Amino acid sequence: MLTKEEELRLYEYDGSVETGRPDCVVFPGNKSEVAEIARLVNRYAVPMVGRGAGTGLSGGALAREGGVQVVFSRMNRILAVDYENQRAVVEPGVVNLELSRAVARAGLQYAPDPSSQKSCTIGGNVSENAGGPHTLRYGVTTNHILGLEVVMPDGETYRIGGAAVDAPGYDLVGLFVGSEGTLGLVVEITAKLTRLPESVKTLLAVFETTDDATETVAALTARGITPAACEMMDGWTIRVVESWIHAGLPTDAGAILLIEVDGPKEAAEEQAEAVVETCRAHKAREVRTAKDEREREALWKARKNAFGAVGRVAPDCYVQDGVIPRTRLPETLRRIAEIGKRHGFEVGNIFHAGDGNLHPMLCFDHREPGTFERAMAAASEIIALCVEMGGSITGEHGVGMEKDRLMPLLFSEADLELMKRVRGALNPAGLLNPGKLFPASKSCGEIRAPAMGRGPNELGEGVRGVTQR
Amino acid sequence: MAVEAKGMMRAMAGEAERAEYGDFARCVHCGLCLNHCPTYRLWGREADSPRGRIRQMFLVDSGEMAMDSTFVTHIDRCLDCRACETACPSGVEYGKLVELARGRIEKEYRRKGMARLGRDLFYRRLLPYPKRMAALGGLMRLVQQSGLQKMARSAGLLKLMRVDKRADLLPEIDRKFFSTETTRTFPARSARRARVAFFAGCVARMTFSALSEATIRVLRANGCEVVVPEGQWCCGALEVHAGYRDVAREMARRNFDVFLADEAGFDAIVTNAAGCGSTMKEYGLLFATDPEEHKRAKRFEGMLKDVTEFLDELGLTAPMRHVQMRATYQDSCHLLHGQKVREAPRRLIRAVEGVELVEMELSDQCCGSAGVYNVTQTETAMALLKRKMECVNATAAQTILTANPGCLLQLRAGAELAGKGQEVLHVVELLDRAIGPERP
Repeated sequence: MLTKEEELRLYEYDGSVETGRPDCVVFPGNKSEVAEIARLVNRYAVPMVGRGAGTGLSGGALAREGGVQVVFSRMNRILAVDYENQRAVVEPGVVNLELSRAVARAGLQYAPDPSSQKSCTIGGNVSENAGGPHTLRYGVTTNHILGLEVVMPDGETYRIGGAAVDAPGYDLVGLFVGSEGTLGLVVEITAKLTRLPESVKTLLAVFETTDDATETVAALTARGITPAACEMMDGWTIRVVESWIHAGLPTDAGAILLIEVDGPKEAAEEQAEAVVETCRAHKAREVRTAKDEREREALWKARKNAFGAVGRVAPDCYVQDGVIPRTRLPETLRRIAEIGKRHGFEVGNIFHAGDGNLHPMLCFDHREPGTFERAMAAASEIIALCVEMGGSITGEHGVGMEKDRLMPLLFSEADLELMKRVRGALNPAGLLNPGKLFPASKSCGEIRAPAMGRGPNELGEGVRGVTQR
Repeated sequence: MAVEAKGMMRAMAGEAERAEYGDFARCVHCGLCLNHCPTYRLWGREADSPRGRIRQMFLVDSGEMAMDSTFVTHIDRCLDCRACETACPSGVEYGKLVELARGRIEKEYRRKGMARLGRDLFYRRLLPYPKRMAALGGLMRLVQQSGLQKMARSAGLLKLMRVDKRADLLPEIDRKFFSTETTRTFPARSARRARVAFFAGCVARMTFSALSEATIRVLRANGCEVVVPEGQWCCGALEVHAGYRDVAREMARRNFDVFLADEAGFDAIVTNAAGCGSTMKEYGLLFATDPEEHKRAKRFEGMLKDVTEFLDELGLTAPMRHVQMRATYQDSCHLLHGQKVREAPRRLIRAVEGVELVEMELSDQCCGSAGVYNVTQTETAMALLKRKMECVNATAAQTILTANPGCLLQLRAGAELAGKGQEVLHVVELLDRAIGPERP
């Protein structure tokens, strides 16, 4: 257990621009320890917030109101793999990519592949209902979770869902996935494994303008082509990424599409041909097919490391996450550029074009007075624009503490009240991840943790006792 | 320029060199490094992860956190393997940051009695002096050969002194040290294609003479004239990693004098130690404030090549025999992450007919050697070695190939303690075997 200030300061950040410092950090080694911690936390009525690897982009894992941070990094075992029935039972701290790696020899994968997959944990993915480039074909996390074991705020452990698809009764798995740690702590996950496709083709289409690229995306949909992934990167981002990753991206292009098709060999080839044809018809300057696994990996590396690469441009980078109907991509991107210009930013765009999940990036240096505020203002306008276009305030990063105040853009007060009633039923004292998901209001209990960092007290002693055994 | 001026003022005031804000700000705390960090993989603690260490270094540098024993412990526990640099999409120069932080710790933090005395003795009074190191080597050989070590072990004395594991990891001292007392020139065995200087190292001269000789044979067989210039000594890597930057600078200057003075000029300075090479390719960082010395450092950097990198670029021309072997390659961290050389050693291995190269899982993860880490943080080093050997064993390879003396030692211990008695060779030793004995 950690309680010293200098230790706690290492848990006040995640991958987002938010901060929130816990009063103590614990590392349970198994689910019964989690249950004991929950019982103690409940008795002393302090907040409790779960954390995987801390790669989230909306502050979901940050202890906004202090309290006990439960870090799952020690609970990282793959407990069982049932190859024949394509499912695995894992602890929440298992790293996403490690599960895929572990089952790859059997021709299987865990399909959701967020860009942070080499570090992020499946527990965190469940909380945030993480997506990724291949969401387009394979769906988001919730489509790959069969059952969960959860510790509720009272310290009791429950099983929800099961090992088979479509468990009878309420779809509590659906309720828990994406609940951002506000309903319970997930301590065991039964995940679906997906067969690796027989054949994968990765194409890179180069365009002079972003409009040509986005119109191609709309055209692909219109022709009924659903690639496994369809990612777009604009010219500004290409140049930033290429200068670091050297994947052979054309730095003079206006935009590129990274399109992947997969399936049985002939079907994939047929689809690839249709994609090439569509791209050419929409003024693609060039369409390249990755020759081998190496070229394919290089292209994906460029894509998955893009946000980090932008860190080289400016000290701060705010990655937004919004969704729009993909048919409105050209118009939306033009208006995002205008919003950026009005606030003095060049907005970089790299996103899951296939499902209209945008990630505009704003780069700035927070030491320059006023820039942080301008970036936030621009970001809010962009999100409002997404909603206006008929989309949503988040595609995959979650609401967390980043977008709680934006929820009313999508939901009426009554709609939100219904959600709060669900939370109230399962997390009655509001101890789990308080200050997240919903806009702050007076009805939210103001719970403050006793100052655990400043000297021993009973709760601290109790929690310490749990993890030392 | 402003940066340089600030650095110069600090240097003049005798203050430790510091990283700049921009060096830290590149980290966008995305966390993509975490799972690539050996110590994070072991313990799952942010404080022992690259992201957490960067945050701690930043807080200490900006005066928000004290440079206390907690901070020093986490920085000490870092292997400086730099796997995080390879993983980092933002290009954070983690190695530079941690080395600067260690420099500050050495200047501003008072370690406990024995640790301080021991470190000062080794880094200031022994390592910089060839004769003292040779004397120490002689003494160690005496202990190893006379059976004293065996006696001490069987009597449980080593265990009592809590050095039993460490003794396993210490190198065996050669009967005859590799000489650099006078300049030696070895002509190319075939038509001369290059003229290179061989960097012989410090400890390696006493423990890896056979490897040095093999390196020279392989270079000569591939058309290189090899010069071993006299007066050369340690590269300064161990000193940089430990924070003794002033000592490292002295070592670097000596190497500039030795290697840059040759009138005919070398096509390259070649080393077979990835750890040394990595530091020598970054000599510029040690001389950031003096433009003249910086220029020399940069010239040196430009000439320095790892032997695998050099041979790969030159192209192998020596006839090689068939060598029947199932081998796996362990990336030396300072070759892969420090120098970004990944394919060259693999291409050289594949060039030998009969060698079946089986990649192990996580070959890019440190084996726990990390310079003197296996001696200073033995327990962690052994935990990492155990995991490494699990990956090695899974390949069923009989030979482990790598590219750095420290890794060779660690993996040899691993093969014995947790392996299946695999043979451990430097890539160059494999080539030497394939080329076969020199005909008179």
